[in-house]
Amino acid sequence: MTAVTSSPATASSITLTSGQLPRWIEPVLAVGTAAVVAAVLLVLQLFNPAVWLVLTAVFYLLAIGIGAGIVEGRRKAVDRVVRGLVVCAFILAVAPLISTLWTVVAQGLKVLTWDFVTKVGGSVFDPNTLAVTNTPGALQAVVGTLIITGIAAVISVPIGILAAVYLTEYAQPSNPMRRVITFLVDVMTGIPSIVAGLFAFSLFALIVGPKAFSGFSASIALCVLMIPIVIRSTEEMIRLVPNELREASLALGVPRATTIIKVVLRTAASGIVTGVVLAVARVVGETAPIFIAASFTDNFNADPFSGPMQTLPVMAYTSWAFPGKDIEASQAQAWGAALLLVIVVVIFNLIARIVAKAFAPKSR
Amino acid sequence: MSKSIEVNDLNVYYSDFLAVEGVSMNIEPRTVTAFIGPSGCGKSTFLRTLNRMHEVIPGATVKGSVYIDGEDLYAPGVDPVLVRRQVGMVFQRPNPFPTMSIKENVLAGVRLNNRRISASDANDLVEKSLRGANLWNEVKDRLDKPGAGLSGGQQQRLCIARTIAVSPQVVLMDEPCSALDPISTFAIEELITELKNEFTIVIVTHNMQQASRVSDKTAFFNIAGTGKPGKLIEYSDTAAIFTSPKEQATEDYVSGRFG
Repeated sequence: MTAVTSSPATASSITLTSGQLPRWIEPVLAVGTAAVVAAVLLVLQLFNPAVWLVLTAVFYLLAIGIGAGIVEGRRKAVDRVVRGLVVCAFILAVAPLISTLWTVVAQGLKVLTWDFVTKVGGSVFDPNTLAVTNTPGALQAVVGTLIITGIAAVISVPIGILAAVYLTEYAQPSNPMRRVITFLVDVMTGIPSIVAGLFAFSLFALIVGPKAFSGFSASIALCVLMIPIVIRSTEEMIRLVPNELREASLALGVPRATTIIKVVLRTAASGIVTGVVLAVARVVGETAPIFIAASFTDNFNADPFSGPMQTLPVMAYTSWAFPGKDIEASQAQAWGAALLLVIVVVIFNLIARIVAKAFAPKSR
Repeated sequence: MSKSIEVNDLNVYYSDFLAVEGVSMNIEPRTVTAFIGPSGCGKSTFLRTLNRMHEVIPGATVKGSVYIDGEDLYAPGVDPVLVRRQVGMVFQRPNPFPTMSIKENVLAGVRLNNRRISASDANDLVEKSLRGANLWNEVKDRLDKPGAGLSGGQQQRLCIARTIAVSPQVVLMDEPCSALDPISTFAIEELITELKNEFTIVIVTHNMQQASRVSDKTAFFNIAGTGKPGKLIEYSDTAAIFTSPKEQATEDYVSGRFG
């Protein structure tokens, strides 16, 4: 009890209070610095938003560091400076995201109508008048996107989940097969998507000959990209299932396969579904492999086994890169397709959240 | 419904490592047998060989024989799944299935095995098992609530209800009270003395008072040192083990004196 107060001199120097800046100091100082920097830059006629923001950040960090250092001491000064740096990093990370979203929404909303979603559009060549007319519409791309990613999901989800079950439940850590698969999955996760497209196209070129464009080959390319993601996320989720649940089930005389299906996969279902939907959302925006394997078209094609097929990302790319006569209209098509794609991805994410919530283990 | 257990010269290996050596014992039906001994002496490992749950651990193998009412568990052609339906197990940490309600947890053994059961039979089984586990009065109004929402002691009794719902012959308990407070422990101990009327019970415990309170016979396991196999030192009536043990090591252990 008296160990600390070994001598009266040190005892009297121990205090529990220290200098404190008011609670509102950080936001007020930030706004103040921004105003001062803006005023100085305007006077010098050097105003530029980027310079203004950078200088504000620098001066704010200097001011809060020195001020807190004098009033509150070194530890709190470091805390405030680092907190400022973290907020700056956050703003830097989020700014491009918000800017992109803003641009896509602002440009896309101009063309996005119900007709845009439900009508086939693009440049139409009229052989009688030799005129090329541009009609807005993205139905061919919406249908193509859904068909191609749908087939890709139907193929890769079972393969991915079963492979993950093999890796986590059946293969021992020392099993060479498991090491090979884990290594290949790691390599495949990093495969450039264009390589997947070339692989699928050349595969189908070997099977059906040149001009092998088809929605199905694009699906195969997406599978190559999707399977490793599904395996990885499912594996992580299955590893989170406590071993005690497997033992509880086995001790009830439940066979191993049933235990895996009804206990392990059921308990991990919420995470697995989230992983699968996020994998779909990840490949739905792929452009390069689909562009190579399914080419592009303005015609409506709902048959994945023959002929080029349009998808939203490819439509955004081709309308922008190879515009028709009416450049404005083509670019509007591109923005519309981009916004539609963003909406599709958002819908997938929402579905993932809802389904994950429905499957999640509850405790109340 | 309960059966005797006869173990003859049983060795348990983890790959090449001999974990438990030369255990022989006879367990009578409708008795409670307690396994005591220091950590790492192979009590739990041995317990798991009584319903072949050790096979879940990669590399674990067994030499010797275990007879349940004369049937050898390790004879060729014996299906471990069928063994475990006869010999149920309750674990150290309560482990109700988190995705299931209280009712579904009790029925898990039936439902997971794809056996069809009519709604009224299911309700009867749930009530009988929960009453058997002294849990019915506490949960009868919230059978459809998740099992994970119960307290630790209630969860453990739910796990016992789940185990007895498949009507096994033998119930193995691996330190069932070590994660519970004294009141929940008391509830489980009361339950064990009731369950004794129907089942053969084998319980591993670190709590010697618990062993002396609930068990008819006690087996003391010990280990000579790290890396050495665990051995059965003494197996006798509980009263004899705690008052007049034959072996010096047993006396040192039960009196809290070592070495």
